[in-house]
Amino acid sequence: MASDTLTSSARTDAEISGLDALEIAGRDKEISRGARIWAATWPKLAALTIAILAWQLVVWSGWKPPYSLPGPMEVGRELISQARGPQLWDGLVTTLRRAAVGYVFSAAVGLLLGLAVARSKVLRAAIGSMITALQTMPSIAWFPLAILLFELSEKAIFFVVVLGAAPSIANGVISGVDYVPPLLLRAGRNLGARGLNLYRYVIAPAALPAIVAGLKQGWAFSWRSLMAGELLVVGISQTSLGAQLTYSRDLSDAPWLLSTMIVILVVGLVVDAAFGAADKAIRRRWGVLDQAGN
Amino acid sequence: MTSTTTAPQGATTAVALSGVTKVYGRGTSAVLALDGVSLDVAPGEFVCLVGASGCGKSTLLNLVAGLDRPSGGQIGLAGDTNPGLMFQEPALFPWLTVEGNVEVPLKLRRLPRAERRERVAELLRTVHLADFGRKRPHELSGGMRQRVALARTLALDTPVLLMDEPFGALDAMTRDILHDELERIWSERQLSVLFVTHNVREAARLADRIILLSSRPGRIIYSTEVNIPRPRRIDSPEVAAIAADVTERLRTEVGRHGQ
Repeated sequence: MASDTLTSSARTDAEISGLDALEIAGRDKEISRGARIWAATWPKLAALTIAILAWQLVVWSGWKPPYSLPGPMEVGRELISQARGPQLWDGLVTTLRRAAVGYVFSAAVGLLLGLAVARSKVLRAAIGSMITALQTMPSIAWFPLAILLFELSEKAIFFVVVLGAAPSIANGVISGVDYVPPLLLRAGRNLGARGLNLYRYVIAPAALPAIVAGLKQGWAFSWRSLMAGELLVVGISQTSLGAQLTYSRDLSDAPWLLSTMIVILVVGLVVDAAFGAADKAIRRRWGVLDQAGN
Repeated sequence: MTSTTTAPQGATTAVALSGVTKVYGRGTSAVLALDGVSLDVAPGEFVCLVGASGCGKSTLLNLVAGLDRPSGGQIGLAGDTNPGLMFQEPALFPWLTVEGNVEVPLKLRRLPRAERRERVAELLRTVHLADFGRKRPHELSGGMRQRVALARTLALDTPVLLMDEPFGALDAMTRDILHDELERIWSERQLSVLFVTHNVREAARLADRIILLSSRPGRIIYSTEVNIPRPRRIDSPEVAAIAADVTERLRTEVGRHGQ
């Protein structure tokens, strides 16, 4: 009997490892790092080339005079000369400082508000739909009020940036908590996670993808609000990127205007790419990254 | 612990249900899911609950697991830990590795790191996944994931294991092998198991005792001991004979609802 059990258990061991080996065979597909980067990069480079080409063609067509629509070469030269002087960098620092302060504050407000609304039925009934309504409000529509309240000041910009970004972040948290699979909650509770531990071990990590999506959207809103604010609230700081846009228009300096726009675009893209990378890392861990790898 | 949960007398029962009733909803729309279910599971006993849809099998497990409260009756459990509960889905946390998943109950019990590491390794060896600790759940097959879930449940160190159709979503080959595995782990660890299934053969393969529940409301209508020596095979004639008997009674019960 003893030897019988032994052989049968040894047989089971062999069967199990055999089955495991068969079932997960061929799941690992290794692509070299270089190939992956190239695959992600070349379509972007091609699109950029086409965009610049189209721009050049419009300039060559003579649709607008060169002093209002300069070509890519001229703007490129302006961009390089701007990059050599202090003005662009000062503006960038001013703008990024405002963006960082406003965004960090928005993130804190949004996370706390979202968590509170997700937890409390009363709060949800009271302000749940208001948060969504706030999200649809174009942030520029807040500026007249902000200027009445805070005059033409940093505070007015900060006010609008937070109102623009915080609702998106709060909504991300709310939907993240709402869509935690009930099965995972039951499993977590059965494993001994109650109260705060349930948040720490199950709800927060399960909600993370939606929270990151909310943070990403919140960034887009705060960046737009900030640009609108810097265009309107000129004069408090000489060099912010938004102020440079206004001055270049006043001076009819089209190359300066376009090169400033390019800088604004690049900043937005870089931050967006950072969020994209975070999102992708999460999806890879979760095993929900699609085959195309985008 | 709920007010209706008391420790059973002595060590003669691992799970003791007496007159357990569960009603969902109120007033005219109230649905009686379980009606006076009394059932004792002895320490080290393997009990299978079989029934058609709507017999409240899963409701019963939720009540025993403490995830829901009974409307009436008493539920007693040996030991003071919650029983471990396994579902048809592995319900693994996708953001954690295999090791991380098994470690969660140990972390929640505040075991020191070194001890946790040792226990995780031991549990993964138990379910034959020692080499897969660093993988993520999505990298494993369905049967492997269910074994990770088993290891994670065993990490609770509870004498009572509740299983809600845990192999229902697996192919027959994998299921057979997991039956062998579960039988081995159950006897090595002297667990008391309450196992819900709609697969009568599976019940005859695994159980010391099969309990048949009626549907709407759930009541115990039949109970039979399975005295086939272990290890068993699911395709053995003895298992088939028991399964045929239980299936016949299950069909009679299902037919009652068609009239």
